[in-house]
Amino acid sequence: MKKTVIEFTNYSFTYRSQATPTLHGINLKIYEGEKVLIVGPSGSGKSTIGHCINGLVPFSYKGNVMGSLTIMGKETKEMDIFSLSKMVGTVLQDPDGQFIGLSVGEDIAFSLENDNTTHKQMLETVNEVSKMVGMEGYLQSSIHELSGGQKQRVSLAGVMVDKVDILLFDEPLANLDPATGKHAIDLIDRIQQETNTTVVIIEHRLEDVLYRHVDRIIVVDEGQIVADMKPDELLSKSILDERQIREPLYVKAAKYAGCRITEEMKPALLETFDVSECKKQINEWYEKVTIPHAKQEYQPLLELHNISFGYQQGVETIRNVSFSIHKGEMVSIVGKNGAGKSTLTKLICGFEKPSSGKIMFAGKDITDDTIKERSLRIGMVMQNPNHMISKHMIYDEVALGLVNRGVPEEEIKERVEKTLKVCGLYPFRNWPISALSFGQKKRVTIASILVLEPEVIILDEPTAGQDLRHYTEIMEFLVELQYQGVTIILITHDMHLMLEYTPRAIVIAGGEKIADQSAASVLTDYEIIQKANLKETSLFELAKKAGITEPIDFIERFIVYDKEVRQTWQ
Amino acid sequence: MAVEMLSYIERNSTVHKLTGATKLVCFILWSTAAMLTYDTRILLFLFIMSLMLFKISKIKIKEVSFVLLFILLFLGINNIAIYVFSPQEGVKIYGTSHVLFELIGRYNVTLEQLFYQFNITIKYFTVIPAALLFIVTTHPSEFAASLNRIGISYRISFAVSLALRYIPDIQRDFWNIARSQQARGIDMSRKEKLPTRIKNIASIIIPLILSSLEKIETISNAMELRGFGKNKKRTWYSMRPFQVADYLTLLFFTIMLCISLLVTYHDGNRFYNPFINM
Amino acid sequence: MKGLSIKTIVAIGIGSAVFVILAKFAAIPTPIPNTMVQTSYAFLALMAVVFGPIAGALIGLIGHALNDAITYGSVWWSWVVVSMLVGFLFGLARTKIDIESGIMNAKKIITFNIVQVIAQAIGWFVVAPTLDVWIYAEPANKVFVQGLVAGASNMVTVGVIGTILLFAYAKTRSQSGSLTKEL
Ligand SMILES: Nc1ncnc2c1ncn2[C@@H]1O[C@H](COP(=O)(O)OP(=O)(O)OP(=O)(O)O)[C@@H](O)[C@H]1O
Ligand SMILES: Nc1ncnc2c1ncn2[C@@H]1O[C@H](COP(=O)(O)OP(=O)(O)OP(=O)(O)O)[C@@H](O)[C@H]1O
Ligand SMILES: [Mg+2]
Ligand SMILES: [Mg+2]
Repeated sequence: MKKTVIEFTNYSFTYRSQATPTLHGINLKIYEGEKVLIVGPSGSGKSTIGHCINGLVPFSYKGNVMGSLTIMGKETKEMDIFSLSKMVGTVLQDPDGQFIGLSVGEDIAFSLENDNTTHKQMLETVNEVSKMVGMEGYLQSSIHELSGGQKQRVSLAGVMVDKVDILLFDEPLANLDPATGKHAIDLIDRIQQETNTTVVIIEHRLEDVLYRHVDRIIVVDEGQIVADMKPDELLSKSILDERQIREPLYVKAAKYAGCRITEEMKPALLETFDVSECKKQINEWYEKVTIPHAKQEYQPLLELHNISFGYQQGVETIRNVSFSIHKGEMVSIVGKNGAGKSTLTKLICGFEKPSSGKIMFAGKDITDDTIKERSLRIGMVMQNPNHMISKHMIYDEVALGLVNRGVPEEEIKERVEKTLKVCGLYPFRNWPISALSFGQKKRVTIASILVLEPEVIILDEPTAGQDLRHYTEIMEFLVELQYQGVTIILITHDMHLMLEYTPRAIVIAGGEKIADQSAASVLTDYEIIQKANLKETSLFELAKKAGITEPIDFIERFIVYDKEVRQTWQ
Repeated sequence: MAVEMLSYIERNSTVHKLTGATKLVCFILWSTAAMLTYDTRILLFLFIMSLMLFKISKIKIKEVSFVLLFILLFLGINNIAIYVFSPQEGVKIYGTSHVLFELIGRYNVTLEQLFYQFNITIKYFTVIPAALLFIVTTHPSEFAASLNRIGISYRISFAVSLALRYIPDIQRDFWNIARSQQARGIDMSRKEKLPTRIKNIASIIIPLILSSLEKIETISNAMELRGFGKNKKRTWYSMRPFQVADYLTLLFFTIMLCISLLVTYHDGNRFYNPFINM
Repeated sequence: MKGLSIKTIVAIGIGSAVFVILAKFAAIPTPIPNTMVQTSYAFLALMAVVFGPIAGALIGLIGHALNDAITYGSVWWSWVVVSMLVGFLFGLARTKIDIESGIMNAKKIITFNIVQVIAQAIGWFVVAPTLDVWIYAEPANKVFVQGLVAGASNMVTVGVIGTILLFAYAKTRSQSGSLTKEL
């Protein structure tokens, strides 16, 4: 019999400010050396479960606890956060809290410093661990010079220096590019195997986590555990689908084709997924689906001419980038962590000034326009929601722009409420933002820009940390706007999102544009994939397995079919 | 950003190689000497020495010129203010009055007043290069470790480290909020009247402050999770071991402080009085 | 200093950083020459009221010293000491105001303003000039006038903006058990 390390028994928790419990009646056992994945819709209570395990609930987030939770056989209520931190190492979801040190090296060393480790030992460990996450070249860099993904690697390293029994990752992949995400999962896997640590991962990107073996998947919905089983078993059922959680695409495609997925087919791992039985069905389905072809007329709206920029002198973050975006187009910008994607959007909005080059909008030079002038036509949702939020209440935050523009109160109310509905926030309209989950917060920032109805909307990682349902709702709303002539630029690490919604993709690597072509063709170009840390979607593999010679066509058809199915949710 | 700030300047020099703790102690000794003394000879000596240290540190005047301009301006205004408020201060201190030429009423120009104001100026001048040098040659990471090393509790030292760590973040937040307010229609132009300006500023600082308070919450959670404060002591990643040069420097500065105090106070007066035999 | 909780440490660190940024970017020039509306002191008052006198003192000390250092390349200790003292004195109003309760009323505002005026009078009218005379041997009448102007303008700033901040903060202390989803 394996040792139980985490055990929830009839556990409920109510945040002090909430009227109803966020978690209720949780029963869950996690055994030594297990790797467990927790999935569930945004706001379902996943992070809260994580907080119970690391002790932030109830020691830092106050509230009412019922039932029992034991870690390594000890009741958590009777412990303190320090003794828990010796057993549990956590990577938090909120990227702002994770960084404490002034430089990468210091941050990685933080918990060693607190343990009174000798200086020599500390340097050794930090060097070793930073190599594991590929940050050895950045030990001296200060945190604010890193891109979103680089930061995540540092946080990973920061908990790895400790010898803990349980490692807890809250959305470790949210900001990572596809290749780095894979790398991170490999890394977690390797660490677990080498040290026999128990690993708990909370993540929306189910398919990416399943890239390596996972022992069990726990599905959380509305604060309750609705499934707790082996991945193979879960994927052969319809539990995820019913809760509108994204299944791995290859499983989804097979299901669409009418295959009956069974545990024996080993659907949890793409490599071992056995489709020999249903090859025929997949092929038939492939033949059946047709794609509507609609070509639109394009006229350039936003043009960048030879833009260069550097945060510091001598370091060019953006080098000679030119492209043009057409009116009514939806384009994605993709590329490696730290390639300069977010920087590019800041240049477009006027948050930073290019060192050379020109930006044109509808044929007019706007390079010298102020932020305010540009904002009337270009709206931007920044990568980190904390950088945008300035009000205490959700409603006020979303209404802010309209209030400043002097829109009449009645109209404000109507527009704000409509946008809140689109973003799935309407039930929370009178809440303070601080009581929201991370994904909900991100949606508040999306709503605050959508409500302004600008001509161009730039969204930096809009779907990071979102569940499929909200993802679909937001994206479909954007498509609707697009039909009305709004231009949309998406920055994303989600290759499927790129294929699904944006016919065209601009690829950035090392501050330069390396490709500007159809999204599908980007993912068939091995060189681009390599250079920009991208990844094929698993549908390629499935198509190959099923003996389909034109995998791109297969993907296109899947997308069309899938969208139709999801339309029925609304 | 238009506003420049003084910060660490990477160089390969003897001054940079000293540990942060050494520089901190020396800076304190130096400031004490400069604060207590009013002896012109000591002040001049300190001033020349600080110029020499500057030379050794390989920091170029150009790199800190924006601060120096600021200070020169401040000293200029300060000197005028002193004269306006108290044209006879020098006479009072030195006890003699050598009038150079007369202006209106008590506003004449005396040798004593000139000498007194020269002293004030040079006194500011002795403090400035040392502090400047300390700031541009000590890596911020090392600063907190140094505070802890000279006996300040590690909790407070760490608070300083957090402050240094978060100044760029808060600055960025400040601009982000200002921009997002602008992007959502608030006018920040300088032509507005004072009450409107206060209202506009409030629309930035209230969100800034509230979000910072929330940050306090997240950061203390993260620190707690990573075991901050569990032991009575902690070690520092960026601390460097003492070298011979550190001990020598410390010794030198201690001796210097003693000598300057001896010279200053041997006649029971902080001021050096050249007028006594005139 | 073992008694300082992690939260207080972080509050001191972040508070000092905010103090620096406000002093640098959020000082509003007034029609009176050389006088600024220093919003940083209003913030200092809020922090002291929320986190207590020790935190207030240390934020004043660290924040002011760091700001001097990065702007002027040197630290004017006499005024730094005053910021520290003022921060400490502001903090003495903490228990009386009990802002965590989320309730602000006229009585608390009066208490706050009495404390802040007394604290700043001691700081700017007495301590700052005295130290300036002692350290730099500056003429007494000059430094007293300087202290008078700075102190008076800071009293007004803290009185107005500080009170606004207290209200804004109190509002964020949501009452427990109050949030429900409204469909
Ligand atoms: N600090 C808090 N105070 C009050 N309520 C909170 C707090 N944090 C979370 N909640 C409530 O708990 C619910 C679940 O939040 P949690 O962060 O656990 O969600 P999650 O499943 O991690 O979502 P996401 O995928 O978006 O991160 C939220 O909808 C919110 O109502
Ligand atoms: N404020 C800043 N100051 C200095 N350097 C910065 C700053 N912001 C970003 N950088 C640097 O610029 C480069 C590009 O960063 P950017 O945030 O644009 O990357 P990104 O493509 O958006 O990456 P990610 O996918 O991880 O979000 C990175 O190497 C980063 O270190
Ligand atoms: Mg979460
Ligand atoms: Mg980015």
